Amino acid sequence: MEDLLQYLFSGISIGSVYAVVAIGLSMLYRSTELINFAHGEFAMFGAMGLVTLWGQFKLPLPLAFVLTVAGVSMVGILFERFAIRPIKDPHPISLVIITVGASIVFRGVAMVVWGKDPVALPSFSSHGSIEIAGAVIVPQSLYIVAAALVLAGSLHLFFRYTLQGKAMTACAVNKKAAWLTGIPSARMGLFAVLISSGSGAIAGIFIAPVTMNTYDMGTMLGLKGFCAAMIGGLGSLWGAFAGGLLLGILECFGAGLISSGCKDAIAFVLLLLILYLCPGGLFAQKQADRF
Amino acid sequence: MLELKNVQCHYGRITAVNGVSLSVSKGELVSIIGANGAGKSTLFSTICGLLTTWDGEILFKGASLRGLPPSDIVSRGISMVPEGRQIFAPLSVMDNLLLGSYCVKQSRKARKREIARMMDLFPILGERRDQPAGTLSGGEQQMLAIGRALMAKPELLVLDEPSMGLAPKIVKTIFNTIRQLRSEGVTIVLVEQNAGAALAISDRGYVLETGKVVLEGSAKALFCDEGVKQAYIGKTPTAPPRDESLLIGA
Ligand SMILES: Nc1ncnc2c1ncn2[C@@H]1O[C@H](COP(=O)(O)OP(=O)(O)OP(=O)(O)O)[C@@H](O)[C@H]1O
Ligand SMILES: [Mg+2]
Repeated sequence: MEDLLQYLFSGISIGSVYAVVAIGLSMLYRSTELINFAHGEFAMFGAMGLVTLWGQFKLPLPLAFVLTVAGVSMVGILFERFAIRPIKDPHPISLVIITVGASIVFRGVAMVVWGKDPVALPSFSSHGSIEIAGAVIVPQSLYIVAAALVLAGSLHLFFRYTLQGKAMTACAVNKKAAWLTGIPSARMGLFAVLISSGSGAIAGIFIAPVTMNTYDMGTMLGLKGFCAAMIGGLGSLWGAFAGGLLLGILECFGAGLISSGCKDAIAFVLLLLILYLCPGGLFAQKQADRF
Repeated sequence: MLELKNVQCHYGRITAVNGVSLSVSKGELVSIIGANGAGKSTLFSTICGLLTTWDGEILFKGASLRGLPPSDIVSRGISMVPEGRQIFAPLSVMDNLLLGSYCVKQSRKARKREIARMMDLFPILGERRDQPAGTLSGGEQQMLAIGRALMAKPELLVLDEPSMGLAPKIVKTIFNTIRQLRSEGVTIVLVEQNAGAALAISDRGYVLETGKVVLEGSAKALFCDEGVKQAYIGKTPTAPPRDESLLIGA
């Protein structure tokens, strides 16, 4: 019984990280129809940025956090400006290849800058762990879950209640009409990249203390995030959130009950299963369209 | 106000508009009439910056529109109502109107006031304010599309087939609104297949055939022109109404 609870808690914690990665991917897709296979690398940059600024330079945590998110967002903007936007007639397949290429470049740069050795970071606070019915929750897990909730909640409010957020939605649902309405698509794309790379960085920052941080940690994170986004329905904010949680929980149960070796396989089996059963994802948007 | 000089538009090797020149002065309501495939929508897309492969010159208030993205063209004062309405289906009627004012710098309160004004103009939109725009009827969507375009406070409003697929009665309502807008001082270009209805409210008109202007003149003259009558309005005005356009034109 304690074991099951423990799997659940660990699952929610790792699932929240997947959720944040998935949200970043999904929100970029929603506005730009771009699937960014370099997204996991933004999370890696987030983690490594924190390793440097907080772990090495001993900056205060909030400052290190802000600087890291800002820095990674800058990388995101440069990436969009110089790798994506110059493509005049973007064919989906060429964009995919560009992002895959970018992920390789990002990993290479990270290897040169930070080396190949994994680095560990301490937890954000020195509080002791909490015990509930025999299962242990480390404080960092709570921070991770809180970060995911705050991020998803603020994006929800942003899209729901601000003019810019509505304009981004408009651009996502009908690009041509958005242009004719005077919404500059370039600016909307930029916002989408900012949100996406920023949340990638946040995912990296929050798992940095509970994982071994290396230059290639982004690959698996990106793939898991992609699975989570697909499971929830690409383009849906809360779908990505739920997909991430579901993936994390199932993974931990699988690892605990079956074998820890099959942990990573579960994500992909789950993805196949869900794509087979409901191709649009679990939370695919039902549109109120007339036909 | 708007001037096209020998404009040619290309889709790859196809030339859909072949040397069109026309001009619209301030306060006018000008119709561009043509059958299916005449190049009306192509011309429309060109003016609003969606189609970038064109030659010739397009001037708005004396400045060239070449190379401007659609959003800049809207900020300069040209608002477009595209063919097929193109509203934001999942967003509410309110939000659709709100987004129409995206390029106008104004306070939240001023935006609210503008939205209320649109709802006075189209009372049905007020009743449906919180409904997803995609669930509106075709006529309501057309009104929403016009309302959204007006939210940008345009000096020139360009409409592409606002009567498409609508019942004669709704067409009448919409055309009455267009006439009213004109009397409020908005310059309007109306791209239409429904020649009878369009010419009835226009000052001047151009007839487009296979990408060329074949006729131009005052709305009255075009309306009475035998060729136009035969091709676009119906054979004999005295015969019982046989189609929509005749019904309204009469
Ligand atoms: N994307 C495109 N690629 C190639 N040819 C096109 C394209 N769009 C339009 N055309 C061609 O350009 C010509 C003019 O089309 P356009 O849509 O401007 O006609 P229209 O006058 O608006 O007709 P309708 O009344 O049916 O809307 C047509 O022959 C059409 O086949
Ligand atoms: Mg057309």
